[in-house]
Amino acid sequence: MSRLLRPGATVEMAHGGGGLATTRLVREIFARHFANPILAQGHDAARIEAPSGRLVMTTDAHVVSPLEFPGGDIGSLAVHGTINDVAMGGAQPIALSAAFIIEEGFPLETLDRIAQSMGRAARDAGVPIVTGDTKVVERGHGDGVYIATTGIGVVPEGVTIAPENIAPGMAILVSGTLGDHGVAILSRRQGLEFSTTIASDSAALHRMVADMVAAVPDIAVLRDPTRGGLSATLNELAEAAGVTMTLDEAAIPVRPEVAGACELLGLDPMHIANEGKLVCICPADRAQDVLDVMRSHPEGRDAALIGTVGDRAAPGTPGLLRMTTLIGGTRVVDWLAGEPLPRIC
Amino acid sequence: MKYVSEFRDPALARSLARAIAQEARPDRTYAFMEFCGGHTHAIFRYGVQDLVPANVRFVHGPGCPVCVLPMRRLDDALELAERHGVILATYGDMMRVPGSGRRSMLTARAAGADIRMVYSTLDALTIARDNPDRQVVFMGIGFETTTPATALAILAARREGLTNFSVFCNHVLTPPAIAHVLEAPGIDPDQAVRLDGFLGPSHVSTVIGAAAYRPLVARFGKPVVIAGFEPLDVMQSVLMLIRQVNEGRAEVENQYARVVTETGNAKAQAIMDDVFVLRDTFEWRGLGQVPQSARAIAPAYGEFDAERRFAVSEKQSRETKSCECPAILRGVKSPKDCKLFGRACTPETPMGACMVSSEGSCAAYYTYRRAETLAEMEAAE
Repeated sequence: MSRLLRPGATVEMAHGGGGLATTRLVREIFARHFANPILAQGHDAARIEAPSGRLVMTTDAHVVSPLEFPGGDIGSLAVHGTINDVAMGGAQPIALSAAFIIEEGFPLETLDRIAQSMGRAARDAGVPIVTGDTKVVERGHGDGVYIATTGIGVVPEGVTIAPENIAPGMAILVSGTLGDHGVAILSRRQGLEFSTTIASDSAALHRMVADMVAAVPDIAVLRDPTRGGLSATLNELAEAAGVTMTLDEAAIPVRPEVAGACELLGLDPMHIANEGKLVCICPADRAQDVLDVMRSHPEGRDAALIGTVGDRAAPGTPGLLRMTTLIGGTRVVDWLAGEPLPRIC
Repeated sequence: MKYVSEFRDPALARSLARAIAQEARPDRTYAFMEFCGGHTHAIFRYGVQDLVPANVRFVHGPGCPVCVLPMRRLDDALELAERHGVILATYGDMMRVPGSGRRSMLTARAAGADIRMVYSTLDALTIARDNPDRQVVFMGIGFETTTPATALAILAARREGLTNFSVFCNHVLTPPAIAHVLEAPGIDPDQAVRLDGFLGPSHVSTVIGAAAYRPLVARFGKPVVIAGFEPLDVMQSVLMLIRQVNEGRAEVENQYARVVTETGNAKAQAIMDDVFVLRDTFEWRGLGQVPQSARAIAPAYGEFDAERRFAVSEKQSRETKSCECPAILRGVKSPKDCKLFGRACTPETPMGACMVSSEGSCAAYYTYRRAETLAEMEAAE
C-alpha cells in the first residue's frame, strides 16, 4: 500500500498545488494506472509521431452523477465517450488527454478506482492517455470529480463523414438497444433508486467503425446518440441535411427492462442517453452490408434498420423527424425540451 | 413488454379501426372530449386520429393539473420559496410552468430559491426529516390520482410529529369540472363546446370508481366511457361511445375494467375525506370559479396547511395576453387557433401552461403534430 492511499485518505488542496503532493498523486494514481511509453516521457506536452492524412480532434467534459454506476464509472465513460466522438468522424483514435477537477475531501480510494477503470478502458481500446492535468477545488465547489478528455484520430483515405452527404432514400441504422445508459444512471440517482438489471452500454465503438468504413466507405454519417438520445441526434441531422426522416417504431430496439422503466417514469427511450451506440446513415443498397459488419461485433449485436431518409424539406422549413407508430399512426418525434421531467399522474 | 404490448398491437388496432369506420355514420360528426391530458398524449403519441374517420373528433379537456392551476396559485408558491425561505418540494411538471413576469420554479431556483423536484410525497417527507431546521412545503397538485398520496404524507407527518412539513394544497376534483364544461355558465351557447360524449379518465377513475360519473350522465345525457391509457383502450372506448350515440343511449360504461371498479378505492376515498374538506369554490384556469371543485386541508390537520402557516400576499396575477389556454382548456378552441402556438410559444419558451405540461394539449400538438398544425395555421391565415 502506498503512503498516499492509506485508508480513509482524501484529496487535499495541496494535491492540486503543484508541489510534492501533486507529483505524488500523479505518480501513484494516474501514471500508475495509465502507464504507456508516451506518458512516460514525462514532458509538459506529449510527443507523438505525426501520422499522414487528415486528423480529427474532439473534446468532452464528463460530470456524471453518480460517479459509479452499473456497467461503468466516470473514468471508463470519459475514455469511451471521447474515443466514440473521434470514431464518429470515421477516424481511428491515436491518443487521449485527461484533465481532472477534483473536489477537496474526495476519497483517494475512489479516485484510484476511477483512474484504474480509466486506464483499463484505454488499454482495452488500444488508445493511450498521453498527457493530463489535475486541479483541486475547495469543498463544495465540485461534485466529487469532473474529467475532461480530448482525443485525436486519423481518418482513413476515402472516408468523408458529414451530414451534407445525407440524401433521400438512404437507410437509418442503429447499432443496438436504446436507453440502457440513461436508465442505468437514473436507477442510481438519489431520490429515484430502483432495482434493475440494466447496465450502462458504455463501450468504445472505434473497432466496429473501422470495419464499417472499410466495408462501406460511402457511409454518409455516423453519430453517437448520447445526451438527448436518438431523437436529438436524428433531429439535428434532419435539420442539418434539410430532409424529412421517417422511423418505424416497431423496428427500434429497446430492452424490455428499459421500456418498462421508461413507462413507469414517463420517459421516452428516444430521449434517453446512450454511451455505446451509434446511428449510421448509408445508401439503402449498402444497409445490409453495414448491418452484417455491425452484428459481427459484440457492441453491434442488436443492430437494426430503423428508418429511411425521405424527401428534402420544403425550402424555408426545417428538416423533420417523423415516426410510424406501433399501431400504424404517424407523429413527429421531437427534441426534448429542457431536462427530462417526470409526469404527475 | 408484457401487459403493455398487448394494448399496442398493430393488427388489433387495424381491426378496431375498421369497426369504428363501419359504426360511425358518415352523415354526422362525433365530438368526444377526452377529459384527461394523459389521453390527449396517448392519442397523439400513437397517432390514433390517423386511424379514425375524419368525422370522429377528439376535443381535449381540462384534465391537466398544471394547466388548470391559475397563475396566482403558482405565484403564491414562488413567494413561499422566495420570501419565506422554505424548501419547496414539487412534482417535476410544475418546474417550467410560467408564472407572472415569465418567472417559473426553474428560474426561481436558478436565482437561489430552494425548490426541489420530487417523485413522490414520501420524498418530500424525507426532505423534511433530513432538514429539521427548515420548513418544507409540498406543492400538492393534481386530481383524485395524486390527492390520496398527499393525504398519506400528512397522516405520516402527524404520526411522526413532524413540525416542519406542510402542504400547499391545490388538489381538484374531476366530476365538478366535467359538469362545468357541460353547463358552461355565463357562456354564450354558441360559444360553448358541443360534445357527444366523454372518454373518462383512467387513473382518476381507479380512485373514484365508475359510479362517480352516473349523476353527471343522468343530468346531462352524455355518455361516458372510462378508458385505459393505451392506444387500443382509446380506440375501443371510441367505438363504445359511437355505439352509444348511434343507439341513443347515454350510460357510464367501463372499458378500463381491468383496473377500474364500480365504487373505486374505498381506502383512498376514506383518507381523502379524513384529511381534506371541500372548498366552496376554487379558481381554474380556463373554467374560472368552479363551486365545490377543490380540496383544502381539514381544520383537524390545520397545522399541515401551508396557507395557514405562512401569510401569502394577495396578488393580481394576470394570465399572458393572447394565450388561448383558457379557451383550449374549455374545449372551445384548439391549439391551432392560438396565434402564439409554435411561434412565440414552444415547449422551450412556453407562454402558457398547456405548452409545458406533459399532459397539456398544446404540448401534444407541438410535440407530435407540429408540422401538420403549423401548415393548417398558415393555410387558415
